[in-house]
Amino acid sequence: MAFLREFGMWLPSRVVTNAEIGEKVGTDNDWIRNVSGIEERRFAAADETVAVMATRAAEDCLSRSDVSPDQIGMVIVASGSSERRFPGPATTAAQALGCKNAVALDLPLASAGALFGLSLASRLAEKFGHILVIGSEKMSSVVLTEPMERGVAVLFGDGAGACLVSADKGLARIVDSWLGSDGSYAEDLRLEFDRPLAMNGRSVILQASRKIPSAIQYVLDQAGVLAQTVQVYLMHQANQNLIDRVAQAIGVSSERFYSNIRRYGNTSSASMLIAATEWSREVGFATGEPVVFAAFGAGFNWGALLVEGE
Amino acid sequence: MDKQATIQRLIEAVSKKKVSVAPDESLFDSGLLDSFALPDLVAALEQEYSIRIPDSDLNPRKFDTIERIEAYLDSLS
Repeated sequence: MAFLREFGMWLPSRVVTNAEIGEKVGTDNDWIRNVSGIEERRFAAADETVAVMATRAAEDCLSRSDVSPDQIGMVIVASGSSERRFPGPATTAAQALGCKNAVALDLPLASAGALFGLSLASRLAEKFGHILVIGSEKMSSVVLTEPMERGVAVLFGDGAGACLVSADKGLARIVDSWLGSDGSYAEDLRLEFDRPLAMNGRSVILQASRKIPSAIQYVLDQAGVLAQTVQVYLMHQANQNLIDRVAQAIGVSSERFYSNIRRYGNTSSASMLIAATEWSREVGFATGEPVVFAAFGAGFNWGALLVEGE
Repeated sequence: MDKQATIQRLIEAVSKKKVSVAPDESLFDSGLLDSFALPDLVAALEQEYSIRIPDSDLNPRKFDTIERIEAYLDSLS
């Protein structure tokens, strides 16, 4: 058994408006808002690396829990925007956090990484005890790479989210999760070193609009939970139009899907845990109420995770 | 109603625009379909023809023109 014990987040202080990013790629606020729902995003400073942001989000998470860094058995950092091939940010973050007894594991998965991390942690918590799952992304370093492309540059932002998964207790019990991968779409969303991000937006949206609802429906059906009874859906904040279509596909109102994409843009693997952190502080888990996490990203990798409030 | 006319009606419904392209003209390049109208069109086709298009067939190129959509639907029957 495993539980979501606490959440944390960290966002850079620099706000980048649609006007500012739009000027770089020849578009405006109205277009960006219409295609994505985004109004602003955060860009990190030069010294705010993926590992630094991961550390700050995890510090925020641990500071709100009763677990100390030396009690952490594993640190998982999901990121698709790490600054170097190896080592990844997990060992650096674990060291900076003082998690001296932790194994550090990198998940180089864009967008769906935190969801995969939570699913892994739910299966490893019995063995490793407390596990920190972190999603941290510095997408500004990706989207500002020349040649900048309008359809990509306006979408992304920087930030980090964290979740402490424990075997003994927490805010919510992890009931089930389902993960999927399909490498036949590997070329449709990819980031080569020192190259701009390449995205076949039509393929991404078409597949995501089908695969996310299917994954959500699967975990709900397995647990005998009706979509309409879920307290909140905490989905990867890719695009407001996609969130709306996923809600429509499973037959619930878009308001049931927590959304902060207007303020932060798409922060890839960090977005779902940033959303979870904000929602848990604004509303919070209710005893016996189901909550669903879902994500989709490069690979393609996607999935859903069902929890129940304690 | 022939199949192309039905497809045209569905495209108009999801794009909320009058279709004025030739059957072999790109629906994307003409601005009738975008990334988010495409899944809506796929859902409309599934409902209209009582079919389930498998995810593995969801290649945007298959839905780029009215002729291609018709050819794909014919391949299912």
